[in-house]
Amino acid sequence: MKGLYGTLRAVAESVLAAFIGFVVAGAILKAWGYSPISAYVALFEASFKDLYGFAGALANATPLILTALTFAVAARAGLFNIGAEGQMYLGALAAVSASLFRLPPVLHLLVAITFAAAAGILWSLVPSVLRATRGVSEVISTIMFNWISRYLAFWFVANVLVDPHRAEKTITALPTSRFPTLIPGTDLSYAIFLAVAVAFVVYFLLWHTVTGYEMRAAGANPDAARYGGVRSARVIVLVFLLGGITAGLAGATQSLGRPPTYAVYSGLPQISNLGFDGIGVAMIGRNHPLGIIAAAIFYGGLQSGARVMQLFAGIPLEMVRVVQGVIVLALALPELLRIFRILWRRKVKIGGER
Amino acid sequence: MSLGYFWSILFLSLHAMVPITLTAAGEVVGERAGLFNIGLEGILLLSAFTGALGAEAGGWMLGLLVGLGTGAVVGLFFGLINAYWKGDQLITGVGINLFALGFVAFGLQALGTPGFHGVPRAVQVPNIPTPVGGLSPIVFLALIMPFVIHWFLSRTRAGLWVRAVGENPEAADVAGVPVELVRLLATTFGAALAGLAGAYMSISWMGSVTKEMAAGRGFIALATVVFSGLRPILTLVGGFIFGFFDSLATWIANIPGVKEAVPWQFVSMIPYIVTLLVVTGVIGRVRFPKALGVPYRRE
Repeated sequence: MKGLYGTLRAVAESVLAAFIGFVVAGAILKAWGYSPISAYVALFEASFKDLYGFAGALANATPLILTALTFAVAARAGLFNIGAEGQMYLGALAAVSASLFRLPPVLHLLVAITFAAAAGILWSLVPSVLRATRGVSEVISTIMFNWISRYLAFWFVANVLVDPHRAEKTITALPTSRFPTLIPGTDLSYAIFLAVAVAFVVYFLLWHTVTGYEMRAAGANPDAARYGGVRSARVIVLVFLLGGITAGLAGATQSLGRPPTYAVYSGLPQISNLGFDGIGVAMIGRNHPLGIIAAAIFYGGLQSGARVMQLFAGIPLEMVRVVQGVIVLALALPELLRIFRILWRRKVKIGGER
Repeated sequence: MSLGYFWSILFLSLHAMVPITLTAAGEVVGERAGLFNIGLEGILLLSAFTGALGAEAGGWMLGLLVGLGTGAVVGLFFGLINAYWKGDQLITGVGINLFALGFVAFGLQALGTPGFHGVPRAVQVPNIPTPVGGLSPIVFLALIMPFVIHWFLSRTRAGLWVRAVGENPEAADVAGVPVELVRLLATTFGAALAGLAGAYMSISWMGSVTKEMAAGRGFIALATVVFSGLRPILTLVGGFIFGFFDSLATWIANIPGVKEAVPWQFVSMIPYIVTLLVVTGVIGRVRFPKALGVPYRRE
């Protein structure tokens, strides 16, 4: 019963926070001279009205599920890992690098995503060891690693993996290493199944294994966990490596599963900020793998809706990130629901007197 | 190496130091009071944008004021959520950063200049002419501010209150210090300095607004706070180190011989690698206020 109540409460808080996000963003739109109502109608109709729109939402949700998992796993263990962004860049490139050689279909894809996961692990290793052994704040180290990774990725795109015929992009991933398209004519590929499957694996790992229990115990009460025999250094490194895997895979879904490009461009236009958006998605999904799937579809829908909104209403698509920022700010309040319940009661009382 | 090189690197470093030192010195005050603001990156970006708009509307003084005010408003909000409503400081910071990223990108596009907005020379902060080049007056402000903050924290009653609410809020409360209010004001002050630093970036140093202009400087400022061990005067040293490597990167990238030998991408990594090394080197020796990051609830 208590578990059910907790879940309902968490969902209600996210919905309320989303509502606040739309109201505040609406006010900003209004101040800038746009019409918020027509903007929001365009936004939602584009993604949730028909199958094609929804496929777009799912395609956008794919990497977000994975980068959100990076943050969520760490958050469950009491860590603040914001390094998905950089790990994802290298994952995307590592996945493309598998096309430097030829392999049979399915195997090639498996090798490519293994590369991506390995790149993510590699890039999360140093911050995790610095945190576990020297206590260097992961907030600072992961951000520094994001920037180093960004420039490293620029270099890889321009020098190592460069397309000999087109200098502004990497080589194109070979068809054998791509995620097949799920619905022809849309961006949606089989990568969505990978993302959802990984979310379920993480869920199982966190709630049905001893290691997962140790991770959550370390987050809930670090001192008690230590007395209980949880080796915190091991947990920290494991959490980071798991996060590195999901972030690396997120990169692979973008370079191998996003028609029509199947390559990484200089300046990283298709992958930039997906790691940061994942943080917001994790928070809206309350750091729970299943909540994250729902939150990623919601946010993915906003993203593709925003593109339509920009096209037809001329409203910059970055508006959705404003919405997301406000939602996260609202979720930072621990008593969000209680505050609103008090306001609501007052209103009801005034209504009753009339 | 000729003397000309020395001066040019020194000037570049001083200019690159300003945003780090101002932001870090302000954050020292906030962290001494017990609030940890990782939204500084977002504040730098937001006030770089609003500062530019302010300058274009009414000159550079208004621009700096608008930047300062933007930082203060965000800081006030951060303080309300965390000092009064006991929110999660890290999540609030992330919210600020996401909001800023969206808002500035939105604003740049709404102005019809997606990605890049140049600030006209006429409304930029006038540089002080020297024999070896122009120097922004904000550089002097950044050089003085850490000393002022040091004096404030160690010599004034208000400064004592700031340290008390960060170190032992229960005792401060018993002694009659308004814990929440002191925390709110301390973090607002820090955010206002970050706001000033943001405006400096757009209307004095770079002369433009882009959505990536903060480039991790808010986080480098947090690293500088760690480096300084929360002693404001040391934010000058930390800021200068990062300023030096930041400008070294720009400088190296333009030397004819080096340009071909070392790819610019690796040169651009230098400030971030240095930040990591410095933080890793000093971390064990830093003592943070006991109540840093912990919301205060009266028993």
